[in-house]
Amino acid sequence: MSSDIALNDEIILEVRNLSVSFSRGGKEMKAVDDVSFSVAAGETLGLVGESGSGKTTIGRAILRLLPDANTKSEGAVRYKKTYLNTLSSTDMRHMRDRLQMIFQDPLSSFNPRRNVEDIVAEGLVIQGKPASERKSRVEAALSAVGFDLATVAGRKPHQFSGGQCQRIAIARSLAVEPELIVCDEPVASLDVSVQAQVINLLQDIRENRNLALIFISHDLAVVKNVSDRVAVLYMGRIVEIGTGPQIYERPAHPYTRTLLEAVPVVDATRKIEPDGKRTVMPSRNRPQGGCAFRSRCPRATQICAETVPAVTPAPRGQMVACHHPHDEPAPGMAVRTQR
Amino acid sequence: MDATPASHPILSCKAMTCEMDSVSGPLQILQDINFSLDTRRALGIVGESGAGKSMLIKAIMGIAPRGLRTKGRIELDGQDLSALKPKQRAKLIGRKVGIVFQNPMSSLNPFVQIGRQIEEAGCIHLGMSKAEARSRAIELLSFVGLPDPEDCYNYYPHQFSGGMKQRIMIAAALICQPDLLIADEATTALDVTVQKEVLDLLQTIQAQRQMSMILVSHNLGVVAGRTDEILVLYGGNVVEYGPTSEVFRNPRHRYTEALLSAMPAMDQPAHTRLRTIPGQPPNLANRPAGCPFAPRCPSAQAKCHEVMPAMSAGVHPSHRFACHFPLAEIAHVQ
Ligand SMILES: Nc1ncnc2c1ncn2[C@@H]1O[C@H](COP(=O)(O)OP(=O)(O)OP(=O)(O)O)[C@@H](O)[C@H]1O
Ligand SMILES: Nc1ncnc2c1ncn2[C@@H]1O[C@H](COP(=O)(O)OP(=O)(O)O)[C@@H](O)[C@H]1O
Ligand code: SF4
Ligand code: SF4
Ligand SMILES: [Mg+2]
Ligand SMILES: [Mg+2]
Repeated sequence: MSSDIALNDEIILEVRNLSVSFSRGGKEMKAVDDVSFSVAAGETLGLVGESGSGKTTIGRAILRLLPDANTKSEGAVRYKKTYLNTLSSTDMRHMRDRLQMIFQDPLSSFNPRRNVEDIVAEGLVIQGKPASERKSRVEAALSAVGFDLATVAGRKPHQFSGGQCQRIAIARSLAVEPELIVCDEPVASLDVSVQAQVINLLQDIRENRNLALIFISHDLAVVKNVSDRVAVLYMGRIVEIGTGPQIYERPAHPYTRTLLEAVPVVDATRKIEPDGKRTVMPSRNRPQGGCAFRSRCPRATQICAETVPAVTPAPRGQMVACHHPHDEPAPGMAVRTQR
Repeated sequence: MDATPASHPILSCKAMTCEMDSVSGPLQILQDINFSLDTRRALGIVGESGAGKSMLIKAIMGIAPRGLRTKGRIELDGQDLSALKPKQRAKLIGRKVGIVFQNPMSSLNPFVQIGRQIEEAGCIHLGMSKAEARSRAIELLSFVGLPDPEDCYNYYPHQFSGGMKQRIMIAAALICQPDLLIADEATTALDVTVQKEVLDLLQTIQAQRQMSMILVSHNLGVVAGRTDEILVLYGGNVVEYGPTSEVFRNPRHRYTEALLSAMPAMDQPAHTRLRTIPGQPPNLANRPAGCPFAPRCPSAQAKCHEVMPAMSAGVHPSHRFACHFPLAEIAHVQ
């Protein structure tokens, strides 16, 4: 089974050859470069990669939330039978009933003067739902995230904690009863205990509603917990995509291994020996030829400098873009017990 | 990990308490903090947002916000800080302690060349000459791993990435050759790969320069494996304090254990349900009478709501915790 395809047959989202470039000060920067993946109903696809690797841009490109002015997108985004990238903006607005996005900092996406119940109803107003239906949907959405409409009604966003605000943002997305939510770093700003609540909540909702999630995060432990499949991005390209076990137990791409080795795990028995590695990030404006990871890659050879590695199936079934993919288990992954 | 016989405390806090006024009455920000850090050792301070980690550091450093009332005894390299005049105290701290904060952008002046910013503390506290300070700064830039340090000296902060700015902050913290390096969430804003590099760098420097180090983080993984001891703060109280490996292997306080189980682990399969901690941290203006964790603790009993648990030791004498009904001791496997 090759894992760029979703786990079951019911693919609802298909992204093909998506590229996004931004122009900044006369220069063009390719933020997303020829990215393809699909997501099935009820499935969670984790999207990991360093800051600036293009995670948010992919999410925004799917929902067409990128600024028009300095952006150029190519490729196709198909949601069921509809090609989103060619829709009129009115038709796209209607698609937001089914596709939603939530962000890392929920507070900044709220109007501070509005009541919580109005914030949660925002999507329903855009859809033109009648007031009576709005009320019942808001109540249901709030209750799905553990709030009681009667107790929170009339309160403003600043009266809630960070975790509560994130739950309100989730309620706002849920109110329109979407089939897919792009979650961009939804727990990054939360404390461990609150993070656990929000993750459990998203998992419950996913299960109860057969909701598909694209879960963007730089925290590989969180992504492991929530995802069925994982895509690893490096400088705008997918370098590896596969099931959770493929990516975490037998990562094929050297970059995936670099990421996994850097995860700060709580391990009472491990004393970390510092290594003197220094990351030199290659320029985005003047891309080098060959593999973009080669300046940081311990396995790089001549061919890596000459030819961009194509995405091909790795022995364990995941898809990988590397001339010399790994096939041995990730060091320490099997024995490393966290606690 | 063994204590070297010649080590003595570089920093110690005894019965330290911090209070501050607010509209809802006095806030008990830190209560009865006791710890001691030996030379060449690394201490991790962990706790969730609002637990008091940064206030503890700021109170020690004498840079707490106006209105903070600090009581208790803080000793730096054997000197009682409260016995010193403010100027002397600032000078002592400036020479002995280097500090790196979370956000390099707010600590670095965008209009001043980074080399000059690194020199500043050296000129103030050690009275270095211009030339001497400059060569030290360049040496340090190369030491923290910046390529072409002589060129970097003349660059401005915006010309560096987040990880490089954090290296520059580390260089600035080292100019006075401190005995103690404090990093307060210094890697929180960085990518995992860069975070690892900066943490590795801190650890290497600590060993090479025979310094003591305090790593403050809300992320328990950051201090695991990189510190000798850890101190767990909850609502302004130390709830557990001991050798890092002991505390992680066998947490005794119920809060430490709850925190550890709330973290997603790399060895759990997908969709494993995480343990949550219901409720909220204590209101500092109106603390509960007993254990601060009692309102959220699944093991709380009547006594927990009435009597504040004192710090007591387990079988391992330096592993201490404040819990009436601690988790069981796990036998040591040889
Ligand atoms: N509107 C824009 N105009 C110009 N450049 C942009 C714009 N949005 C993003 N970029 C650039 O595109 C690249 C990818 O950005 P993106 O926000 O997708 O990264 P990310 O992977 O989500 O990173 P992070 O983990 O920091 O959120 C970055 O180099 C960023 O600076
Ligand atoms: N300038 C300030 N004025 C009043 N209260 C403050 C101030 N700074 C921090 N606090 C309070 O002190 C407590 C501890 O804060 P802090 O040390 O910053 O926590 P941490 O670093 O552990 O996240 C919190 O309740 C916080 O709200
Ligand atoms: S293609 Fe070459 S340089 Fe790129 S990741 Fe694979 S081995 Fe490394
Ligand atoms: S003292 Fe009681 S309430 Fe506090 S942590 Fe221990 S068992 Fe829980
Ligand atoms: Mg982003
Ligand atoms: Mg802090």
